[in-house]
Amino acid sequence: MQEFLEFTLGGIAIGMIYAAIALSLVLIWRGTRVLNYSQGGMAMFTTYVAWVVISHTGNYWLGFVLALASGLVLGAILERTVVRPTEGKSPLNSVIVTIGLLIFLEGLAGIIYGGQYRSFPVAFSLKGLKLGGVALGISTSDLFTAGAVLAAALALALVFRYTAVGLRLRATAFRPDVARLLGVRIGRVLTLGWALAGLFGALAGVLVTPTTFLYPNSMDSIFVLGFTAAVIGGLDSPVGAVTGGVLLGVVLSYAGGYLGSDLVLVYGLVVLALVLMVRPTGLFSAAAARRV
Amino acid sequence: MTLLRHLAIAIIVALVLAGVSIQLGGYRDYQMAEVAAYVTAVAGLTLLLGLSGQISVGNGAFMAVGSYGGALLMLHLNWPLEFVFLAATVIAAAGGAVFGIAAARLRGPYLAGATLMLAVALPTLADQYAGVFGGDQGLSTSITTPAFLGATFPPTRWLAWVTCACALITLVLLANLGRSRIGRSWRAVRDDEVAAALSGLNVARLQILAFVVSAACAGLGGVLLAVVTGIVAPGAYTLTLSIGLLTAAVVGGLGSLLGAVWGSLVLVLVPTYLTNVAASHGLSGAASSSVPIAAYGVVLIVVMLAFPAGIQGGLRRLFGPAAPAAAVPFNALRRRRPATEHEEEGLHEKTT
Repeated sequence: MQEFLEFTLGGIAIGMIYAAIALSLVLIWRGTRVLNYSQGGMAMFTTYVAWVVISHTGNYWLGFVLALASGLVLGAILERTVVRPTEGKSPLNSVIVTIGLLIFLEGLAGIIYGGQYRSFPVAFSLKGLKLGGVALGISTSDLFTAGAVLAAALALALVFRYTAVGLRLRATAFRPDVARLLGVRIGRVLTLGWALAGLFGALAGVLVTPTTFLYPNSMDSIFVLGFTAAVIGGLDSPVGAVTGGVLLGVVLSYAGGYLGSDLVLVYGLVVLALVLMVRPTGLFSAAAARRV
Repeated sequence: MTLLRHLAIAIIVALVLAGVSIQLGGYRDYQMAEVAAYVTAVAGLTLLLGLSGQISVGNGAFMAVGSYGGALLMLHLNWPLEFVFLAATVIAAAGGAVFGIAAARLRGPYLAGATLMLAVALPTLADQYAGVFGGDQGLSTSITTPAFLGATFPPTRWLAWVTCACALITLVLLANLGRSRIGRSWRAVRDDEVAAALSGLNVARLQILAFVVSAACAGLGGVLLAVVTGIVAPGAYTLTLSIGLLTAAVVGGLGSLLGAVWGSLVLVLVPTYLTNVAASHGLSGAASSSVPIAAYGVVLIVVMLAFPAGIQGGLRRLFGPAAPAAAVPFNALRRRRPATEHEEEGLHEKTT
């Protein structure tokens, strides 16, 4: 029982990281129908920004905020410079461009910061929390991770639901042609989508890196699991992204805890296969039976 | 007729390649063998992407299946090389069938996600069952040059000959397959699944078949690469490999077998070239290993933006007749948005 509680809470905490990556992928997919393979690379790069700021100023929060801000800017710049020209071409072109971006960002990080593993600080204590003498298996830092992603996701939901910008984002994702006819500046909205995605990726990077160390490929496996989470949840659904992330985190935590951690990725594949066999477009996609 | 023409071309190319490999030194022969192994794998993938319109980010996994299967047969049963190659192809094809059946309902990004996960998950099994698969050290798959070529025959040249022969056979078979009824059916499925199904094509079966073919090619490519490098180890079957295959197929030019050759050349030669350039400019330490990586990323982006239809498409545009054959339509990746009720009504009114 004790173990079960620990695995569950720990799984939720790491699942929120996958959720943040998944959210960033969903934001881009909904708006531009692009699978952004460079998301992990972008997150890694912004985490380096945070690392530089923190190691120079000693101020974690300054680094945290600057990482998020640089995520916003990086997302917007990349969309405008290299992703926009692939619009209207075969979707695989944008896939290869984002793969190229990933490779470029990883190389660039290696050039600027070197390939060695760097430790990255945490905002809060890593000491395990206890509730009435029962160890919970999570720390204040994990609570912060989960809280930060949840808060960001909630803020995103509020923006989507209650603001004019959110309405434009939704309209563009739903019917770009009609949105354009009604005066939405589609180009700006797409850039905004990428910027927001960059922000969520940056958030995930800063939150997860204390456990993985920082190096040019540090976000690769996190990206794969975040992608998996997005696919599980349904790439069109932000709610699905969060659900998929938490589900994947918890299941992998159980699998790692009870069955051993060597085959965690295989269990991830099994979860993904099971979900997709039942629902080929993820848990939360608008159910659309293919009419054949 | 097509078969004869393809065979004739293949024989001419084989003779040219043999001549070239004799002129080349050991290292170039090795690179040639490497390119041929990648061509085999990429050709299958380009068929999957370009003809049947499915995506796979995980063909590296099938390469792993083929190479481990081949290595085990080589080590434990001492099968001759040609049977090992054949068996590796069949084993990988079986793997492709299993995955293809499981993934038959998946489209676009969902298929991409599933294959991506397959690519990263499968190689971890090699570590887990180290007794069978040799763990991190892997299995040795080096081959010896046959005696009839003489003791002084360079081993790398033999490798180049073996791999190029396999690659050419694969290309001939795929070229014919692409022009056969099956190839045409794939194109129909790619362009419009619903229309293809209405015309009596079994969409699911065709898509599974495409997966089987691409996995078979990947398996053969995998065992070829294993023979070239002399070892099968999980470290070779990373996400980088799978992504590299996808990159080669798209950069070369989707659906074009010649494109698979261009893509494989880019995949093998460009990183080596960039590393050499970096080294000759006196870069050292972290920069010497990172500059080529960053430059390769830039190459991918630039090629994709400059030649949206890949290198083969670009060449066709530059030198070929003014045929509009440039961009391969690739609708299947974009998930078809279901028509709303309103739209369906509109359609109905128009037809009645």
